[in-house]
Amino acid sequence: MKPFRIGRLVKERVNRVWMTLWTVIIILTPVIIGGFLLWKSSMLLEENSLMKLLGSSEWKPLSGKFGFSPFIISSLWVTFLALIIAGPICILSALHLTYYAPSFFMKIVQPAIDILAGIPSVIYGVWGVVVIVPFISGHLAPVFNAETSGYSILAGGLVLSVMIIPFILNILIEIFNTIPVELREATLSLGVSNWITIRSVLLRKAFPGIISAIGLGLSRAFGETIAVLMVVGNVTHVPEGVFQPGYPLTALIANNYGEMLSIPLYDSALMLAALILFAIVVLFNLASRLIIIRYENKYR
Amino acid sequence: MENETKIRIENLNLSIGKSKILKDINVEIPKHKITVILGPSGCGKTTLLKSMNRLTDIYSDIRVSGKILIDGEDILHTDKDVTEIRKRMGLLSQRPYPLPMNIYKNIAFGLKISGRRKKRFLNKRIEHYLKQANLWNEVKDRLKEPAASLSIGQQQRLCLARGLAVDPDIILADEPTSALDPISSQEIEKKFTELKNGYTIVLVTHILRQAIRLADYVIFMYLGEVIEQGPAEQFFKSPQTEITKAYLKGSIN
Amino acid sequence: MRISTGNIFRLRKTWWRFEETFFRSLMIFSSMVIVGVLLLIIFSIMKTGIPALSFEMLTQTPKGGFYFGKEGGILNAIVGSAYLAVGATGLALSIGLPVAIFMNTWLLKHKKTVNIIRFILDLLWGVPSIIYGAIGFMIMIMLGLKTSLLAGIIVVGMFILPIMIRAIDEALKTSPSGLTEASLSLGSTKSELGFKVLAKQCFPGIITAVLLSFGRAIGDAASVLFTTGFTDNIPTSLTQPTATLPLSIFFQLTSPIPEVKNRAYAAAVVLTIIILLTSILSRVFSNRYKKHSIKF
Repeated sequence: MKPFRIGRLVKERVNRVWMTLWTVIIILTPVIIGGFLLWKSSMLLEENSLMKLLGSSEWKPLSGKFGFSPFIISSLWVTFLALIIAGPICILSALHLTYYAPSFFMKIVQPAIDILAGIPSVIYGVWGVVVIVPFISGHLAPVFNAETSGYSILAGGLVLSVMIIPFILNILIEIFNTIPVELREATLSLGVSNWITIRSVLLRKAFPGIISAIGLGLSRAFGETIAVLMVVGNVTHVPEGVFQPGYPLTALIANNYGEMLSIPLYDSALMLAALILFAIVVLFNLASRLIIIRYENKYR
Repeated sequence: MENETKIRIENLNLSIGKSKILKDINVEIPKHKITVILGPSGCGKTTLLKSMNRLTDIYSDIRVSGKILIDGEDILHTDKDVTEIRKRMGLLSQRPYPLPMNIYKNIAFGLKISGRRKKRFLNKRIEHYLKQANLWNEVKDRLKEPAASLSIGQQQRLCLARGLAVDPDIILADEPTSALDPISSQEIEKKFTELKNGYTIVLVTHILRQAIRLADYVIFMYLGEVIEQGPAEQFFKSPQTEITKAYLKGSIN
Repeated sequence: MRISTGNIFRLRKTWWRFEETFFRSLMIFSSMVIVGVLLLIIFSIMKTGIPALSFEMLTQTPKGGFYFGKEGGILNAIVGSAYLAVGATGLALSIGLPVAIFMNTWLLKHKKTVNIIRFILDLLWGVPSIIYGAIGFMIMIMLGLKTSLLAGIIVVGMFILPIMIRAIDEALKTSPSGLTEASLSLGSTKSELGFKVLAKQCFPGIITAVLLSFGRAIGDAASVLFTTGFTDNIPTSLTQPTATLPLSIFFQLTSPIPEVKNRAYAAAVVLTIIILLTSILSRVFSNRYKKHSIKF
């Protein structure tokens, strides 16, 4: 009996130690990632000031010129375009699903949302190439008198918007569900219609939640790689309209990794691109989640 | 005049999904009295209350049948807009849920939906309703502060004032004191006895003492059915059914 | 005076009714758009891909001249993706399950710590996969390693680890606290409680977490772009490079030769079907899970 018992307790100790170790590693991972990227990009940062790198639009790796602004601006373009398209659709649909739709409808839409969330990036890319790009060059651009191959900021924004819809929508549904039903009942009891209740009370109450859902969507869109890369055109310039091609940060990293070792400082520049990406994503993620946590605590 | 019926409910049945919540409810609620719906928790009294201003409409899987007559008009089968029906009834819920605005706007909201927009008129009415809810002296210097900054007892009185501001003739109260401290509770109770001259009050509670203190008329519910109803004196002094007797003795909870 | 107020009120009512109808239509439209887009995506993937799909495509590896439109199939990518996803999911499970159990047994008393861990995991889940891929590749260069299946498994495993832990954590969180107390009062150690009682109790939830992570692992392209390499052969050891479905789609789609492009479409169908199956399977499990938890 006794050795058996000791064996159990030793096992317990050992388990505890390595589980703690893993947990600590996980907690430190964001710091490790950030630190690693900073370390790797420091070579470039020593020779150029960060401001100069971010502000310059001259990207000539062979002559050692690394200006990030075309990529950052392209990333911003596609991201904001995606948010402008996905945001209203998500808010309206989330309101519909929480406050209007009969329960059977939710049973149809919920699996659809889950499947959309699960479809891989590269499939969205194929869809973009097969459907969106020809649609833009063939139907949309002629309406606006624009010359485009279809591979454009707009294509990137459209594909991206569909990709982040399930993500934002799920958060919004959760946000609207945390608003106490009694607030809605109390407002309706004053004799106002459903929509006025939503417009002047519920949306106001949910406002911080909506902001953070959009923020989380933003950080997701900003980091999306393959799908955007496949439809956005990848031309190094500062885009000036939605029908022009762009070259987002993620695509820059993905496209140039293979050849980075042959050019001095190139690897450092790509690591800086990853660092910028990481910083923006983490910043928006952090801020949004903090807002959500504060918001949810109010109702506990 | 003395025993005029304000609300008459006939054969009301209500089910959520497959479970029946209210079974064949028939009650009469007298005008300008406090009617207390009494019963152990989970017996359907809140649902009954909410069906009176058709808040049950907002849940897609609730089915209602029967009649709810208010001043002789069946509100379940009417062409009238549901907002007009709800406007006639103020609701006070278990916990106060002030609107996410400042104190002033909380009251102004109800006035504005009736088309009142003149500043001077609004100011006067807001003062009036806040005074009616015994809140004016405490908040008159901080009307622009968010309603959430008030204490919970003050918030409940604000909700009362907000409800009164749309000029209802019925007040529906769902255990309005359950989240309040004893002193705030007392104030609300006192307010109700004052208000019953002008309003028909329907109060849901599971606190027997509160029912005894306030009720003019009692409806006793158990497991979705109305077991007994009648004037308070008769109900508490000589209950008719065994279940009621057991409840009054405290053996059902 | 009274009449005019009444008129204004009636006007407002009409306006409200208009607003209600207008926004309600917009809302229904938005929900329709979402369902419609999903159907459109699946339809267009199937429409372009199914004609290109053949038995040969699924059962052969690329032959000579494959990338100029000659014979062969995408078996290398299918098997490679399966190896990679199974390996990565296994790796993430073997780290993730103990960590999730740790959070729900040992750390049960330290609510704040657990919440911080959850917060960081959610944060990590937001880190784009390209960053995992880039760092993985950088480390491989520093250590002088070549692209391989193993490298891919590790990078993808790390990438899906946060979602794995959080999904298991959510399942464990719902287990009744009475069970924990009962088990501890019977004298079991915390690891016995975790691995024998909780893990069994929440088994369907763990399966759902595994399927979710598997779906992520098999679909992600950016993290394997530099780490697994690409080859026409089916790997026979962990140190060999491997092809994957997402990359096979990605590389072949850019080809100007129609036959090669068609293969990308066919591969997209295969990947989509795998994802749909995973999604359906996990829905079945989570439904069963819900039924199970009602009993408590």
